[in-house]
Amino acid sequence: MTEPSLVARITDFANRADPYPLYAELRRTPVLHEEDDDPYVISSYWDIESLLHDPRISSDATNLTAAGADELNQAENTGLPPSFIRLDPPEHDRLRRIANSAFGPPHKPRRIDGMRGELHGIVAGLIDGLASGTEIDLVDQFAYPFPVTVICRLLGVPREDEPRFRSWVDPVVASLDPETRQGADPDFVRKAQEARTQLGMYLAGLVEERIKDPRDDMLSDLAAGKGPDGAMTMMEVLSTAVLLLIAGHETTVNLITNGMLTLLRHPEYLQRLREEPELAVNIVEELLRYEPPVQLLPQRTCITDIEVRGVPIPKGSRIWLMLAAGNRDPERFKDPERFDPDRDDLQHLGFGSGIHACFGAPLARLEAQIALAELARRLENPRLVADPPPYRPNAVLRGPRHLPVAVDGVLP
Amino acid sequence: MAADYVDWLRREGRIVIVGASLAGLRAAETLRAEGFTGSLTLIGDEPYEPYDRPPLSKAVLLGKASPRHTELPRRRHLDAEWRLGVPAAGLDLTGKRVLLADGEEVEYDRLLIATGVRARPWPVAEEAELDGVFVLRTRDDSIALTERLRAGAKRVVVIGAGFAGSEVASACREMGLEVTVAERAGAPLVGALGGVIGAVAADLHLENGVDLRTHVTVTALEGDPMGRVRSVHLSDESVVEADVVVVSLGSLRNTEWLSGSGLGAGPRGIASDAGCRAFDFRGIVTDDVFVAGDVARSPHALFGYQFLSLEHWGNAVAQAETAAHNMICSASDRRPHMWMPAFWSSQFGVNIKSVGVPPMGDELMIIQGSTAERRFVGVYGYKGRIVAGVTFDNARWLEYCQRQIEQGAPFPVEYPTVDRRPEGRKAVPADFPDPSLPTHGPTVTLSGYSPADRRLVFTPGHH
Ligand SMILES: Cc1cc2nc3c(=O)[nH]c(=O)nc-3n(C[C@H](O)[C@H](O)[C@H](O)COP(=O)(O)OP(=O)(O)OC[C@H]3O[C@@H](n4cnc5c(N)ncnc54)[C@H](O)[C@@H]3O)c2cc1C
Ligand code: HEM
Repeated sequence: MTEPSLVARITDFANRADPYPLYAELRRTPVLHEEDDDPYVISSYWDIESLLHDPRISSDATNLTAAGADELNQAENTGLPPSFIRLDPPEHDRLRRIANSAFGPPHKPRRIDGMRGELHGIVAGLIDGLASGTEIDLVDQFAYPFPVTVICRLLGVPREDEPRFRSWVDPVVASLDPETRQGADPDFVRKAQEARTQLGMYLAGLVEERIKDPRDDMLSDLAAGKGPDGAMTMMEVLSTAVLLLIAGHETTVNLITNGMLTLLRHPEYLQRLREEPELAVNIVEELLRYEPPVQLLPQRTCITDIEVRGVPIPKGSRIWLMLAAGNRDPERFKDPERFDPDRDDLQHLGFGSGIHACFGAPLARLEAQIALAELARRLENPRLVADPPPYRPNAVLRGPRHLPVAVDGVLP
Repeated sequence: MAADYVDWLRREGRIVIVGASLAGLRAAETLRAEGFTGSLTLIGDEPYEPYDRPPLSKAVLLGKASPRHTELPRRRHLDAEWRLGVPAAGLDLTGKRVLLADGEEVEYDRLLIATGVRARPWPVAEEAELDGVFVLRTRDDSIALTERLRAGAKRVVVIGAGFAGSEVASACREMGLEVTVAERAGAPLVGALGGVIGAVAADLHLENGVDLRTHVTVTALEGDPMGRVRSVHLSDESVVEADVVVVSLGSLRNTEWLSGSGLGAGPRGIASDAGCRAFDFRGIVTDDVFVAGDVARSPHALFGYQFLSLEHWGNAVAQAETAAHNMICSASDRRPHMWMPAFWSSQFGVNIKSVGVPPMGDELMIIQGSTAERRFVGVYGYKGRIVAGVTFDNARWLEYCQRQIEQGAPFPVEYPTVDRRPEGRKAVPADFPDPSLPTHGPTVTLSGYSPADRRLVFTPGHH
């Protein structure tokens, strides 16, 4: 029996808690293509960075012609048109601009900053709720409910509907995981499609309401579509809303959880954060490098034959950009395996780069900064109960499923 | 010996910087950051602490920022002596002294020249002095212009449609003022980006209600008996009423104070080697005199070692940092200034960026997007290679253009890209004006191969 391929070991759940040694192995072959049907796996910082800015690289699934690509198309192949994360310019740019006119400057310069007080309030409420026990699950009791509440408020989705949309979000998110994709279980793929459609239909109901009765939320603004680019179609509004709802919390939960886990493993920084809450800014940036919630981008292809480090990649191939491996590339970072929020060039690929660079980054940063600073300040003597904690199956959106933490108490 | 000198210099040497603006400040900060503990003097003829200029033609004109508050952020405490409000009037290279206009002298062990450029004034002095005629380079210019525009100006004429002139026109339109732009070339931005992109810029002007007059020159400014400007006469014999005239005819290098000093300084700037060391008038590199920023011209490996003069904010910063580093390190640690020329502008709501040296290109290809939509990426080619890129509202692709330039990637671009349109399938002439004709507005000037400026006359003096 031959040894399983490196790609298979990376997606193997057994290695979820610590994939970093595998990434180091990966970087030894910065452009890895193990078998015919395998993706081209790119793991060096500079190569990833440059491919993210390369106009020959496409995020549009219809450009994928390689084997194994079919299943990839399917999750988005559901009645709902693809959202802009899976589109190329000019469509991507148009949709992202319209979405941005409901989200950030110049049209809505205050939308995120204006939520600061509200974010503090939500965090305070959730931490108050931790006071009853001596052992908490940081995921279920804090890191998950916080961003869900935030994205619900931002979009205008009723928070109490969470159990309903949860059941649709889960299969969609699972379908982003290359391991499940490679299995290509038709049943599984169909479930993911159905879930995305259901989620879209659910959101359609809300959008209808907002058209009649607009409020100060993104669904209302997306539906109204006032701006130089005109309006989105109803279907575009729905796929954008699905994208925002999912991207808006499935990643942030992991940033906060990975953050707390990392701080508990490096108590000197937890202590410093307690004393200097402004350190949260650097800590969050370094976390996005050191433990990025989006570990890889498995959805790219090239629209023409390209060459990376002398390795030819034929048109239509699957290309994986290993953000988490690039983030620890010794060609780019001094002491890359060290968690060091004091490093003088705090940069990372954690939010991607180029035209698809994370749309929600300003919100995600603010959420994580407030969450970690307040947890550090208020939890008394927090200790890891299990190291490593149990992980979620997903290799792309990687993070602990639970993070049990023992505490002596919760400060007001 | 040499190493001892550098050690001594770093510890207790005297460094003087002439020109207390962007390049001067960033150099001073870099010197301290790299451990220079000797005495540091900044000489500036403006009475203000270093401030930023790009906002003066953008946010300030629009009233979104005050002309008095565009100070440059300070990166660290400097512990420097500031001689503000007094120009340097001469340089004694052998005696290592800077002569000030007030008669004082400042001695140095190493000197950095960062005197930048000034606005080219309207050539007829009595017309330039008419009330209502402005240039825009300094804080004082900006205060005067914004106050006038806000005090009920009605008709503005902008002479010259380079970047600065176009930004002024854009801001005036946004304020609801009537604007006429007079340009000698066939379109705005032609000197910087060529005629094809110029045509796109022309559309922007027209769509935003600018009365754009191309292929004309201004022949005279006419004043009323009170000495206020009243109208502008054009070479096509038309006359345009105006109560404000903004002269935007490019810049002049601030090198007059060096005439006769023996330095290779003249109207094209001060030539230096790639390590920012100034050449003397014979083309021999000096050891103690460095240059940075708009006033400098230095050879660039990526562009055939031509000497480039760059009026770019980013260049001033990068060159200042390199110059400062090289001023206080040993010869083997010197770094070349290899900054990739990069420029940005915002006008009529469009974000324009360029990298590389567009005027070097003879052909252009729109590799993404469409000029008709005002969202595109264009690359310039010269002798089969990409030498520059330009983006309109598409800045995220600029880095790719930069990499192509760095790698000397082939031109024309034959491969498909996301968002390649039919108009981008073939290269077209970039349509730059004849380089021998004067244009204002190029932000990169290819200034030949000769380090010394032949027009310079050496007249030993000052000592
Ligand atoms: C209105 C405007 C808009 C701009 N917009 C952009 C933009 O969008 N993007 C971009 O990349 N660049 C832009 N620029 C260019 C950018 O500001 C310059 O590249 C930058 O200021 C250069 O810095 P510097 O320090 O080399 O020169 P300067 O800023 O010109 O500073 C030189 C200083 O030296 C002083 N000085 C001159 N002679 C003497 C003397 N003999 N003794 C003492 N002091 C002296 C001058 O008064 C001045 O204070 C703009 C410039 C202007 C004026
Ligand atoms: C820690 C939290 C987050 C991380 C690590 C993260 C990471 C990323 C990454 C790596 C991408 C690039 C995807 C690609 O190139 O294919 C991306 C895109 C995106 N993110 Fe985030 N994200 C986070 C939070 C958010 C939030 C809170 C939102 C919404 C409010 C959001 C919305 C989006 C959207 C819409 C895109 C697609 C952008 C495009 O295609 O142009 N993200 N994110």
